[in-house]
Amino acid sequence: MTHTQKRIIINNVIMTLSTLSAVIGMAFLFWILGVLVINGIDALNWNIFSQVGAPPGYEESGLKHALIGQLYIVGVATFAGVPLGIMAGTYLSEYGQKSKLAEIIRDISDIMMSAPSIVIGAFVYAIVVMPMGHFSAWAGSIALSIIMLPIILRTTDDMLQLVPSTLREAAFALGAPKYKVIIQVVYRGAKVGILTGVLLGVARVAGETAPLLFTSFNDNFLNTNMNEPMASLTVTMFNYATSPYEDWQKLGWAAAFILSMFILGLNIIARVFLMKKRIK
Amino acid sequence: MNLLLDKLFAHMTKFIALAVLLIVAWIFTKLFQQSLFSMQASGFDFITETKWAPNLEKFGALPAIYGSVISTFLAMVLAVPVAIGVAIFLSELAPAKLKSPVGVSIELLAAIPSVIYGMWGLFYFVPIIRDIVGGVGISMLTAGIVLSIMILPFMAAVTRDAMNTTPDILKESAYALGGTKWDVIKDVIIPYAKAGIIGSFILALGRAIGETMAVTFVMGNVHKISADLTQPATSIPVTLANEFTEADSPIYYSSLFELSLLLLVISFTIISIAKFYFLRRKRIGA
Repeated sequence: MTHTQKRIIINNVIMTLSTLSAVIGMAFLFWILGVLVINGIDALNWNIFSQVGAPPGYEESGLKHALIGQLYIVGVATFAGVPLGIMAGTYLSEYGQKSKLAEIIRDISDIMMSAPSIVIGAFVYAIVVMPMGHFSAWAGSIALSIIMLPIILRTTDDMLQLVPSTLREAAFALGAPKYKVIIQVVYRGAKVGILTGVLLGVARVAGETAPLLFTSFNDNFLNTNMNEPMASLTVTMFNYATSPYEDWQKLGWAAAFILSMFILGLNIIARVFLMKKRIK
Repeated sequence: MNLLLDKLFAHMTKFIALAVLLIVAWIFTKLFQQSLFSMQASGFDFITETKWAPNLEKFGALPAIYGSVISTFLAMVLAVPVAIGVAIFLSELAPAKLKSPVGVSIELLAAIPSVIYGMWGLFYFVPIIRDIVGGVGISMLTAGIVLSIMILPFMAAVTRDAMNTTPDILKESAYALGGTKWDVIKDVIIPYAKAGIIGSFILALGRAIGETMAVTFVMGNVHKISADLTQPATSIPVTLANEFTEADSPIYYSSLFELSLLLLVISFTIISIAKFYFLRRKRIGA
Protein backbone atom coordinates (compact mmCIF):
# COMPACT_ATOMS: atom_id res chain seq x y z
CA MET A 1 0.00 0.00 0.00
CA THR A 2 1.39 3.33 -0.97
CA HIS A 3 1.55 6.25 1.37
CA THR A 4 -1.16 8.06 -0.59
CA GLN A 5 -3.53 5.13 -0.40
CA LYS A 6 -2.97 4.92 3.31
CA ARG A 7 -3.78 8.58 3.73
CA ILE A 8 -6.93 8.25 1.69
CA ILE A 9 -8.08 5.27 3.72
CA ILE A 10 -7.43 7.06 7.01
CA ASN A 11 -9.28 10.05 5.64
CA ASN A 12 -12.29 7.98 4.66
CA VAL A 13 -12.38 6.21 8.00
CA ILE A 14 -12.31 9.44 9.94
CA MET A 15 -14.85 11.15 7.71
CA THR A 16 -17.19 8.20 8.12
CA LEU A 17 -16.70 8.25 11.88
CA SER A 18 -17.46 11.93 12.11
CA THR A 19 -20.55 11.65 9.93
CA LEU A 20 -21.61 8.74 12.09
CA SER A 21 -21.14 10.73 15.27
CA ALA A 22 -23.16 13.56 13.77
CA VAL A 23 -25.90 11.07 12.95
CA ILE A 24 -25.79 9.56 16.46
CA GLY A 25 -25.82 12.96 18.08
CA MET A 26 -28.72 14.14 15.96
CA ALA A 27 -30.58 10.87 16.52
CA PHE A 28 -30.47 11.32 20.30
CA LEU A 29 -31.53 14.90 20.07
CA PHE A 30 -34.42 14.18 17.73
CA TRP A 31 -35.43 11.26 19.90
CA ILE A 32 -35.82 13.69 22.79
CA LEU A 33 -37.67 16.18 20.63
CA GLY A 34 -39.92 13.45 19.25
CA VAL A 35 -40.75 12.12 22.71
CA LEU A 36 -41.54 15.64 23.81
CA VAL A 37 -43.84 16.38 20.89
CA ILE A 38 -45.65 13.04 20.93
CA ASN A 39 -46.25 13.00 24.69
CA GLY A 40 -46.96 16.71 24.76
CA ILE A 41 -49.59 16.70 22.05
CA ASP A 42 -51.11 13.58 23.53
CA ALA A 43 -51.49 15.29 26.89
CA LEU A 44 -52.79 18.60 25.59
CA ASN A 45 -56.44 19.42 25.98
CA TRP A 46 -58.55 22.39 26.90
CA ASN A 47 -58.52 21.52 30.61
CA ILE A 48 -54.79 22.18 30.70
CA PHE A 49 -55.45 25.87 30.19
CA SER A 50 -58.69 26.24 32.11
CA GLN A 51 -58.24 24.08 35.21
CA VAL A 52 -55.86 24.17 38.13
CA GLY A 53 -54.02 21.14 39.46
CA ALA A 54 -56.21 18.47 40.99
CA PRO A 55 -55.35 15.39 43.02
CA PRO A 56 -54.49 12.38 40.88
CA GLY A 57 -57.52 10.61 39.51
CA TYR A 58 -59.55 13.71 38.81
CA GLU A 59 -60.53 14.28 35.22
CA GLU A 60 -60.60 18.07 35.41
CA SER A 61 -56.97 18.75 36.11
CA GLY A 62 -54.88 21.37 34.41
CA LEU A 63 -51.92 23.68 34.52
CA LYS A 64 -53.64 27.04 34.69
CA HIS A 65 -52.04 27.79 38.06
CA ALA A 66 -48.58 27.00 36.73
CA LEU A 67 -49.03 28.90 33.46
CA ILE A 68 -50.17 32.03 35.26
CA GLY A 69 -47.53 31.63 37.96
CA GLN A 70 -44.86 31.25 35.28
CA LEU A 71 -46.11 34.42 33.61
CA TYR A 72 -45.91 36.35 36.87
CA ILE A 73 -42.51 35.09 37.92
CA VAL A 74 -40.84 35.47 34.53
CA GLY A 75 -42.71 38.74 33.86
CA VAL A 76 -41.51 40.40 37.04
CA ALA A 77 -37.98 39.07 36.47
CA THR A 78 -38.00 40.54 32.94
CA PHE A 79 -39.36 43.83 34.21
CA ALA A 80 -36.42 44.13 36.60
CA GLY A 81 -33.67 42.41 34.65
CA VAL A 82 -34.12 44.05 31.25
CA PRO A 83 -33.79 47.75 32.19
CA LEU A 84 -30.92 47.03 34.56
CA GLY A 85 -29.15 44.92 31.95
CA ILE A 86 -29.63 47.53 29.25
CA MET A 87 -28.37 50.33 31.53
CA ALA A 88 -25.30 48.34 32.54
CA GLY A 89 -24.63 47.40 28.90
CA THR A 90 -24.98 51.06 27.96
CA TYR A 91 -22.32 52.00 30.47
CA LEU A 92 -19.92 49.38 29.08
CA SER A 93 -20.39 50.33 25.45
CA GLU A 94 -20.82 54.11 25.69
CA TYR A 95 -18.94 55.23 28.79
CA GLY A 96 -16.64 52.50 30.00
CA GLN A 97 -15.57 51.30 26.54
CA LYS A 98 -12.11 49.73 26.78
CA SER A 99 -11.37 50.95 30.30
CA LYS A 100 -10.08 48.54 32.89
CA LEU A 101 -13.29 48.74 34.94
CA ALA A 102 -15.47 48.00 31.92
CA GLU A 103 -13.33 45.00 30.99
CA ILE A 104 -13.55 43.60 34.50
CA ILE A 105 -17.32 43.98 34.53
CA ARG A 106 -17.52 42.27 31.13
CA ASP A 107 -15.40 39.33 32.29
CA ILE A 108 -17.20 38.80 35.58
CA SER A 109 -20.58 39.08 33.94
CA ASP A 110 -19.53 36.59 31.25
CA ILE A 111 -18.50 34.11 33.93
CA MET A 112 -21.79 34.60 35.75
CA MET A 113 -23.61 33.71 32.54
CA SER A 114 -22.34 30.13 32.86
CA ALA A 115 -22.39 29.90 36.66
CA PRO A 116 -24.63 27.21 38.18
CA SER A 117 -28.13 28.59 38.53
CA ILE A 118 -28.87 26.51 41.62
CA VAL A 119 -26.27 28.54 43.48
CA ILE A 120 -28.19 31.72 42.62
CA GLY A 121 -31.21 29.99 44.14
CA ALA A 122 -29.29 29.31 47.34
CA PHE A 123 -28.13 32.93 47.45
CA VAL A 124 -31.66 34.29 47.03
CA TYR A 125 -32.82 31.84 49.66
CA ALA A 126 -30.35 33.44 52.04
CA ILE A 127 -31.17 37.05 51.21
CA VAL A 128 -34.94 36.87 50.63
CA VAL A 129 -36.55 33.66 51.83
CA MET A 130 -34.74 33.46 55.18
CA PRO A 131 -35.50 37.07 56.28
CA MET A 132 -39.10 36.76 55.07
CA GLY A 133 -39.52 33.42 56.76
CA HIS A 134 -41.32 31.79 53.85
CA PHE A 135 -41.03 31.04 50.13
CA SER A 136 -42.37 33.69 47.77
CA ALA A 137 -42.77 34.46 44.10
CA TRP A 138 -40.70 37.62 44.64
CA ALA A 139 -37.73 35.46 45.57
CA GLY A 140 -38.16 33.43 42.38
CA SER A 141 -38.32 36.57 40.27
CA ILE A 142 -35.23 38.02 41.94
CA ALA A 143 -33.30 34.81 41.26
CA LEU A 144 -34.33 34.83 37.60
CA SER A 145 -33.49 38.50 37.15
CA ILE A 146 -29.99 37.90 38.54
CA ILE A 147 -29.57 35.13 35.97
CA MET A 148 -30.94 37.33 33.19
CA LEU A 149 -28.84 40.38 33.95
CA PRO A 150 -25.53 39.17 32.44
CA ILE A 151 -27.28 37.99 29.26
CA ILE A 152 -28.97 41.34 28.60
CA LEU A 153 -25.81 43.19 29.58
CA ARG A 154 -23.72 41.24 27.12
CA THR A 155 -26.06 41.57 24.13
CA THR A 156 -26.70 45.27 24.78
CA ASP A 157 -22.97 45.92 25.00
CA ASP A 158 -22.34 44.01 21.75
CA MET A 159 -25.25 45.53 19.88
CA LEU A 160 -24.53 49.13 20.87
CA GLN A 161 -20.96 48.72 19.71
CA LEU A 162 -22.25 47.79 16.27
CA VAL A 163 -23.86 51.21 15.87
CA PRO A 164 -21.49 53.18 13.64
CA SER A 165 -19.66 55.94 15.52
CA THR A 166 -20.35 58.35 12.65
CA LEU A 167 -24.00 58.36 13.74
CA ARG A 168 -22.97 59.37 17.24
CA GLU A 169 -20.63 62.03 15.90
CA ALA A 170 -23.33 63.47 13.66
CA ALA A 171 -25.65 63.81 16.65
CA PHE A 172 -22.91 65.35 18.79
CA ALA A 173 -22.21 67.83 15.99
CA LEU A 174 -25.81 68.99 16.23
CA GLY A 175 -25.12 69.86 19.85
CA ALA A 176 -26.96 66.97 21.48
CA PRO A 177 -25.82 66.01 24.98
CA LYS A 178 -24.52 62.48 25.38
CA TYR A 179 -27.58 61.02 27.09
CA LYS A 180 -29.76 62.26 24.22
CA VAL A 181 -27.37 60.85 21.66
CA ILE A 182 -27.56 57.48 23.41
CA ILE A 183 -31.32 57.42 23.87
CA GLN A 184 -32.38 58.93 20.57
CA VAL A 185 -29.66 57.77 18.20
CA VAL A 186 -27.73 54.80 19.58
CA TYR A 187 -30.70 52.95 21.10
CA ARG A 188 -32.69 53.52 17.96
CA GLY A 189 -29.92 52.12 15.81
CA ALA A 190 -29.55 49.05 18.02
CA LYS A 191 -33.26 48.52 18.66
CA VAL A 192 -33.55 45.16 16.92
CA GLY A 193 -30.35 43.88 18.47
CA ILE A 194 -31.40 44.80 21.99
CA LEU A 195 -34.82 43.25 21.46
CA THR A 196 -33.14 40.04 20.30
CA GLY A 197 -31.09 40.01 23.48
CA VAL A 198 -34.23 40.48 25.56
CA LEU A 199 -35.98 37.60 23.78
CA LEU A 200 -33.00 35.30 24.32
CA GLY A 201 -32.75 36.37 27.96
CA VAL A 202 -36.43 35.64 28.58
CA ALA A 203 -36.11 32.30 26.79
CA ARG A 204 -33.15 31.38 28.96
CA VAL A 205 -34.74 32.16 32.32
CA ALA A 206 -38.14 30.73 31.38
CA GLY A 207 -36.58 27.27 31.33
CA GLU A 208 -34.79 27.62 34.66
CA THR A 209 -35.96 25.20 37.32
CA ALA A 210 -33.16 24.89 39.84
CA PRO A 211 -33.23 28.48 41.14
CA LEU A 212 -37.01 28.30 41.64
CA LEU A 213 -37.06 25.07 43.67
CA PHE A 214 -36.41 26.85 46.93
CA THR A 215 -37.38 30.42 46.13
CA SER A 216 -40.83 30.54 44.57
CA PHE A 217 -41.35 26.89 45.55
CA ASN A 218 -44.69 25.54 44.34
CA ASP A 219 -48.41 25.82 44.86
CA ASN A 220 -51.18 23.56 43.66
CA PHE A 221 -53.70 26.37 43.40
CA LEU A 222 -54.03 29.51 41.41
CA ASN A 223 -52.24 32.29 43.22
CA THR A 224 -51.44 35.81 42.06
CA ASN A 225 -49.96 37.11 45.29
CA MET A 226 -46.24 37.63 44.80
CA ASN A 227 -45.72 37.36 48.56
CA GLU A 228 -46.78 33.73 48.55
CA PRO A 229 -45.18 30.64 47.07
CA MET A 230 -46.22 30.32 43.44
CA ALA A 231 -46.32 27.48 40.94
CA SER A 232 -44.14 27.72 37.87
CA LEU A 233 -44.25 25.48 34.81
CA THR A 234 -40.78 24.14 35.45
CA VAL A 235 -41.14 23.25 39.13
CA THR A 236 -44.63 21.85 38.51
CA MET A 237 -43.18 19.76 35.71
CA PHE A 238 -40.47 18.45 38.01
CA ASN A 239 -42.94 17.54 40.76
CA TYR A 240 -45.45 15.94 38.42
CA ALA A 241 -42.85 14.01 36.46
CA THR A 242 -41.32 12.52 39.61
CA SER A 243 -44.72 11.58 41.04
CA PRO A 244 -45.94 8.00 40.71
CA TYR A 245 -49.33 8.99 39.25
CA GLU A 246 -49.80 8.57 35.55
CA ASP A 247 -52.18 11.48 35.06
CA TRP A 248 -49.77 13.80 36.85
CA GLN A 249 -46.94 12.57 34.66
CA LYS A 250 -49.13 13.38 31.68
CA LEU A 251 -49.60 16.91 32.96
CA GLY A 252 -45.83 17.07 33.33
CA TRP A 253 -45.41 16.26 29.65
CA ALA A 254 -47.97 18.90 28.71
CA ALA A 255 -46.02 21.45 30.74
CA ALA A 256 -42.77 20.34 29.12
CA PHE A 257 -44.28 20.68 25.66
CA ILE A 258 -45.78 24.14 26.25
CA LEU A 259 -42.57 25.42 27.81
CA SER A 260 -40.33 24.06 25.05
CA MET A 261 -42.51 25.45 22.30
CA PHE A 262 -42.49 28.85 24.01
CA ILE A 263 -38.71 28.82 24.35
CA LEU A 264 -38.07 27.51 20.84
CA GLY A 265 -40.52 30.11 19.51
CA LEU A 266 -38.64 32.94 21.20
CA ASN A 267 -35.34 31.61 19.87
CA ILE A 268 -36.68 31.36 16.35
CA ILE A 269 -38.11 34.90 16.46
CA ALA A 270 -34.77 36.18 17.75
CA ARG A 271 -33.01 34.44 14.88
CA VAL A 272 -35.35 35.90 12.29
CA PHE A 273 -34.70 39.37 13.71
CA LEU A 274 -30.96 38.85 13.52
CA MET A 275 -31.14 37.51 9.99
CA LYS A 276 -33.20 40.47 8.81
CA LYS A 277 -30.69 42.76 10.41
CA ARG A 278 -27.80 41.12 8.61
CA ILE A 279 -29.54 41.36 5.24
CA LYS A 280 -30.14 45.06 5.75
CA MET B 1 -30.86 71.05 32.75
CA ASN B 2 -29.35 69.02 29.94
CA LEU B 3 -26.05 69.00 31.72
CA LEU B 4 -27.67 67.70 34.87
CA LEU B 5 -29.56 64.97 33.06
CA ASP B 6 -26.41 64.07 31.19
CA LYS B 7 -24.50 63.61 34.44
CA LEU B 8 -27.40 61.74 36.01
CA PHE B 9 -27.62 59.31 33.11
CA ALA B 10 -23.88 58.70 33.10
CA HIS B 11 -23.77 58.08 36.84
CA MET B 12 -26.83 55.90 36.83
CA THR B 13 -25.55 53.57 34.12
CA LYS B 14 -22.18 53.39 35.86
CA PHE B 15 -23.82 52.61 39.17
CA ILE B 16 -25.86 49.77 37.67
CA ALA B 17 -22.84 48.36 35.87
CA LEU B 18 -20.97 48.40 39.18
CA ALA B 19 -23.96 46.74 40.80
CA VAL B 20 -23.22 43.67 38.67
CA LEU B 21 -19.85 43.35 40.40
CA LEU B 22 -21.45 44.05 43.76
CA ILE B 23 -24.03 41.30 43.25
CA VAL B 24 -21.30 38.78 42.44
CA ALA B 25 -19.31 39.83 45.50
CA TRP B 26 -22.49 39.69 47.56
CA ILE B 27 -23.22 36.13 46.37
CA PHE B 28 -19.76 34.98 47.48
CA THR B 29 -19.86 36.75 50.86
CA LYS B 30 -23.42 35.72 51.64
CA LEU B 31 -22.76 32.07 50.86
CA PHE B 32 -19.54 32.22 52.86
CA GLN B 33 -21.30 33.82 55.80
CA GLN B 34 -24.06 31.21 55.71
CA SER B 35 -21.60 28.35 55.60
CA LEU B 36 -19.44 29.64 58.48
CA PHE B 37 -21.37 27.58 61.01
CA SER B 38 -20.70 24.40 59.11
CA MET B 39 -17.07 25.34 58.51
CA GLN B 40 -16.54 25.87 62.23
CA ALA B 41 -18.34 22.66 63.08
CA SER B 42 -16.59 20.33 60.69
CA GLY B 43 -13.67 22.27 59.20
CA PHE B 44 -11.77 20.41 56.52
CA ASP B 45 -13.50 17.18 57.44
CA PHE B 46 -16.41 18.52 55.44
CA ILE B 47 -14.71 17.66 52.17
CA THR B 48 -13.01 14.45 53.31
CA GLU B 49 -15.75 12.87 55.39
CA THR B 50 -17.77 10.25 53.51
CA LYS B 51 -20.77 10.11 55.78
CA TRP B 52 -23.74 12.38 55.11
CA ALA B 53 -26.32 11.69 57.78
CA PRO B 54 -28.46 14.74 58.57
CA ASN B 55 -30.31 12.93 61.38
CA LEU B 56 -27.00 12.39 63.18
CA GLU B 57 -25.85 15.89 62.23
CA LYS B 58 -22.96 14.40 60.30
CA PHE B 59 -22.19 16.19 57.07
CA GLY B 60 -19.51 14.83 54.80
CA ALA B 61 -19.49 16.20 51.28
CA LEU B 62 -17.11 13.72 49.72
CA PRO B 63 -19.82 11.52 48.12
CA ALA B 64 -21.38 14.59 46.49
CA ILE B 65 -18.01 15.88 45.31
CA TYR B 66 -17.10 12.42 44.02
CA GLY B 67 -20.45 12.20 42.21
CA SER B 68 -20.00 15.61 40.62
CA VAL B 69 -16.52 14.77 39.42
CA ILE B 70 -17.35 11.30 38.10
CA SER B 71 -20.63 12.21 36.39
CA THR B 72 -19.05 15.25 34.74
CA PHE B 73 -16.03 13.20 33.72
CA LEU B 74 -18.28 10.53 32.18
CA ALA B 75 -20.27 13.20 30.37
CA MET B 76 -17.12 14.78 28.96
CA VAL B 77 -15.63 11.47 27.86
CA LEU B 78 -18.82 10.63 25.98
CA ALA B 79 -19.61 14.07 24.61
CA VAL B 80 -16.19 15.31 23.47
CA PRO B 81 -15.61 12.80 20.64
CA VAL B 82 -19.18 13.12 19.40
CA ALA B 83 -19.01 16.91 19.59
CA ILE B 84 -15.78 16.92 17.58
CA GLY B 85 -17.39 14.61 15.03
CA VAL B 86 -20.46 16.81 14.73
CA ALA B 87 -18.28 19.93 14.48
CA ILE B 88 -16.13 18.38 11.72
CA PHE B 89 -19.26 17.28 9.93
CA LEU B 90 -20.81 20.73 10.17
CA SER B 91 -17.76 22.76 9.27
CA GLU B 92 -16.08 20.58 6.66
CA LEU B 93 -18.21 17.70 5.47
CA ALA B 94 -21.86 18.59 5.26
CA PRO B 95 -23.16 19.70 1.88
CA ALA B 96 -24.29 23.34 1.88
CA LYS B 97 -27.91 22.24 1.85
CA LEU B 98 -27.53 20.34 5.14
CA LYS B 99 -25.12 22.69 6.87
CA SER B 100 -27.52 25.34 7.98
CA PRO B 101 -30.59 23.26 8.90
CA VAL B 102 -28.48 20.83 10.95
CA GLY B 103 -26.47 23.67 12.47
CA VAL B 104 -29.55 25.66 13.41
CA SER B 105 -31.35 22.67 14.89
CA ILE B 106 -28.30 21.90 17.05
CA GLU B 107 -28.28 25.48 18.28
CA LEU B 108 -32.00 25.32 19.02
CA LEU B 109 -31.54 22.07 20.90
CA ALA B 110 -28.98 23.85 23.06
CA ALA B 111 -31.78 26.22 24.07
CA ILE B 112 -34.11 23.48 25.33
CA PRO B 113 -34.25 23.64 29.12
CA SER B 114 -32.25 21.01 30.94
CA VAL B 115 -35.29 19.91 32.96
CA ILE B 116 -36.67 18.43 29.72
CA TYR B 117 -33.51 16.37 29.19
CA GLY B 118 -33.88 15.14 32.75
CA MET B 119 -37.50 14.18 32.22
CA TRP B 120 -36.68 12.34 29.03
CA GLY B 121 -33.89 10.57 30.88
CA LEU B 122 -36.21 9.44 33.64
CA PHE B 123 -38.96 8.08 31.40
CA TYR B 124 -37.06 6.79 28.40
CA PHE B 125 -33.44 6.28 29.26
CA VAL B 126 -33.65 4.84 32.78
CA PRO B 127 -35.66 1.79 31.58
CA ILE B 128 -33.06 1.10 28.89
CA ILE B 129 -30.19 1.25 31.38
CA ARG B 130 -32.24 -0.95 33.72
CA ASP B 131 -32.66 -3.56 30.97
CA ILE B 132 -29.05 -3.50 29.89
CA VAL B 133 -27.09 -3.31 33.13
CA GLY B 134 -29.71 -4.25 35.71
CA GLY B 135 -30.41 -2.51 38.99
CA VAL B 136 -32.93 0.30 39.25
CA GLY B 137 -31.60 2.20 36.28
CA ILE B 138 -31.16 5.34 38.34
CA SER B 139 -27.40 5.57 38.58
CA MET B 140 -24.19 7.46 38.11
CA LEU B 141 -23.91 6.00 34.62
CA THR B 142 -27.36 7.19 33.61
CA ALA B 143 -26.59 10.65 34.97
CA GLY B 144 -23.33 10.81 33.04
CA ILE B 145 -25.00 9.79 29.78
CA VAL B 146 -27.95 12.16 30.14
CA LEU B 147 -25.54 14.95 31.06
CA SER B 148 -23.43 14.21 27.99
CA ILE B 149 -26.49 14.42 25.75
CA MET B 150 -27.48 17.68 27.39
CA ILE B 151 -24.13 19.40 26.86
CA LEU B 152 -23.61 17.95 23.37
CA PRO B 153 -25.48 20.65 21.39
CA PHE B 154 -23.71 23.49 23.20
CA MET B 155 -20.34 21.83 22.83
CA ALA B 156 -20.82 20.96 19.17
CA ALA B 157 -22.00 24.49 18.33
CA VAL B 158 -19.07 26.25 20.00
CA THR B 159 -16.53 23.76 18.64
CA ARG B 160 -17.89 24.31 15.15
CA ASP B 161 -17.67 28.08 15.65
CA ALA B 162 -14.07 27.72 16.76
CA MET B 163 -13.23 25.57 13.72
CA ASN B 164 -14.96 28.03 11.42
CA THR B 165 -12.56 30.77 12.47
CA THR B 166 -9.82 29.12 10.39
CA PRO B 167 -9.29 31.34 7.34
CA ASP B 168 -10.27 29.66 4.07
CA ILE B 169 -6.99 30.62 2.49
CA LEU B 170 -5.06 28.43 4.95
CA LYS B 171 -7.29 25.46 4.24
CA GLU B 172 -7.09 26.03 0.49
CA SER B 173 -3.30 26.14 0.57
CA ALA B 174 -3.25 22.78 2.32
CA TYR B 175 -5.67 21.28 -0.19
CA ALA B 176 -3.52 22.68 -3.00
CA LEU B 177 -0.60 20.71 -1.58
CA GLY B 178 -2.65 17.56 -1.99
CA GLY B 179 -3.90 17.18 1.56
CA THR B 180 -6.93 15.06 2.25
CA LYS B 181 -9.76 16.46 4.37
CA TRP B 182 -8.37 14.75 7.43
CA ASP B 183 -4.88 16.14 6.74
CA VAL B 184 -6.36 19.62 6.55
CA ILE B 185 -8.38 19.11 9.73
CA LYS B 186 -5.54 17.70 11.81
CA ASP B 187 -2.69 19.83 10.47
CA VAL B 188 -4.42 23.14 9.75
CA ILE B 189 -7.80 23.57 11.40
CA ILE B 190 -7.14 21.93 14.76
CA PRO B 191 -3.78 23.65 15.33
CA TYR B 192 -5.29 26.97 14.30
CA ALA B 193 -8.43 26.66 16.40
CA LYS B 194 -6.86 24.68 19.25
CA ALA B 195 -7.26 27.31 21.95
CA GLY B 196 -10.85 27.97 20.98
CA ILE B 197 -11.74 24.28 20.88
CA ILE B 198 -10.14 23.49 24.24
CA GLY B 199 -11.72 26.63 25.69
CA SER B 200 -15.16 25.57 24.58
CA PHE B 201 -14.69 22.09 26.07
CA ILE B 202 -13.69 23.58 29.39
CA LEU B 203 -16.61 25.99 29.24
CA ALA B 204 -18.92 23.03 28.64
CA LEU B 205 -17.26 21.28 31.59
CA GLY B 206 -17.95 24.30 33.77
CA ARG B 207 -21.58 24.20 32.77
CA ALA B 208 -21.91 20.45 33.19
CA ILE B 209 -20.57 20.44 36.73
CA GLY B 210 -23.21 22.91 37.88
CA GLU B 211 -26.03 21.35 35.90
CA THR B 212 -28.85 20.40 38.19
CA MET B 213 -32.08 19.41 36.52
CA ALA B 214 -30.74 17.07 33.86
CA VAL B 215 -29.20 14.84 36.53
CA THR B 216 -31.54 15.28 39.49
CA PHE B 217 -34.13 13.01 37.87
CA VAL B 218 -31.77 10.15 37.18
CA MET B 219 -29.10 10.11 39.87
CA GLY B 220 -31.00 9.06 42.98
CA ASN B 221 -29.44 11.30 45.65
CA VAL B 222 -27.74 8.49 47.52
CA HIS B 223 -24.75 9.64 49.56
CA LYS B 224 -22.48 6.70 48.98
CA ILE B 225 -19.19 6.40 47.19
CA SER B 226 -19.25 3.38 44.97
CA ALA B 227 -16.87 2.38 42.21
CA ASP B 228 -19.82 0.64 40.57
CA LEU B 229 -21.25 3.14 38.11
CA THR B 230 -24.59 1.37 37.97
CA GLN B 231 -25.34 2.31 41.58
CA PRO B 232 -27.41 5.37 42.51
CA ALA B 233 -25.24 8.29 43.56
CA THR B 234 -25.42 12.00 44.20
CA SER B 235 -23.66 15.17 43.16
CA ILE B 236 -23.43 18.64 44.67
CA PRO B 237 -26.31 20.14 42.65
CA VAL B 238 -28.45 17.02 43.10
CA THR B 239 -28.01 17.19 46.86
CA LEU B 240 -28.93 20.87 46.87
CA ALA B 241 -32.02 20.36 44.70
CA ASN B 242 -33.28 17.48 46.80
CA GLU B 243 -32.47 18.61 50.31
CA PHE B 244 -32.71 22.38 50.47
CA THR B 245 -36.43 22.37 51.16
CA GLU B 246 -36.08 19.52 53.63
CA ALA B 247 -33.36 20.93 55.82
CA ASP B 248 -34.58 21.30 59.37
CA SER B 249 -31.64 22.44 61.46
CA PRO B 250 -29.21 25.38 61.25
CA ILE B 251 -26.24 23.05 60.76
CA TYR B 252 -28.04 21.25 57.93
CA TYR B 253 -28.74 24.54 56.18
CA SER B 254 -25.23 25.73 56.75
CA SER B 255 -23.80 22.53 55.27
CA LEU B 256 -25.95 22.95 52.19
CA PHE B 257 -24.74 26.54 51.86
CA GLU B 258 -21.18 25.31 52.12
CA LEU B 259 -21.91 22.88 49.29
CA SER B 260 -23.30 25.77 47.21
CA LEU B 261 -20.21 27.84 47.91
CA LEU B 262 -18.01 24.91 46.96
CA LEU B 263 -19.90 24.44 43.69
CA LEU B 264 -19.74 28.15 42.88
CA VAL B 265 -15.99 28.29 43.53
CA ILE B 266 -15.36 25.17 41.43
CA SER B 267 -17.38 26.30 38.43
CA PHE B 268 -16.19 29.91 38.70
CA THR B 269 -12.62 28.64 38.55
CA ILE B 270 -13.24 26.31 35.61
CA ILE B 271 -15.10 28.94 33.61
CA SER B 272 -12.43 31.56 34.37
CA ILE B 273 -9.73 29.22 33.09
CA ALA B 274 -11.70 28.69 29.89
CA LYS B 275 -12.35 32.39 29.42
CA PHE B 276 -9.06 33.93 30.45
CA TYR B 277 -6.60 31.34 29.37
CA PHE B 278 -8.01 29.77 26.22
CA LEU B 279 -10.70 32.02 24.82
CA ARG B 280 -8.80 35.23 25.52
CA ARG B 281 -5.76 34.07 23.57
CA LYS B 282 -7.95 33.20 20.67
CA ARG B 283 -9.37 36.71 20.60
CA ILE B 284 -5.93 38.27 20.39
CA GLY B 285 -4.72 35.72 17.86
CA ALA B 286 -7.70 36.15 15.57
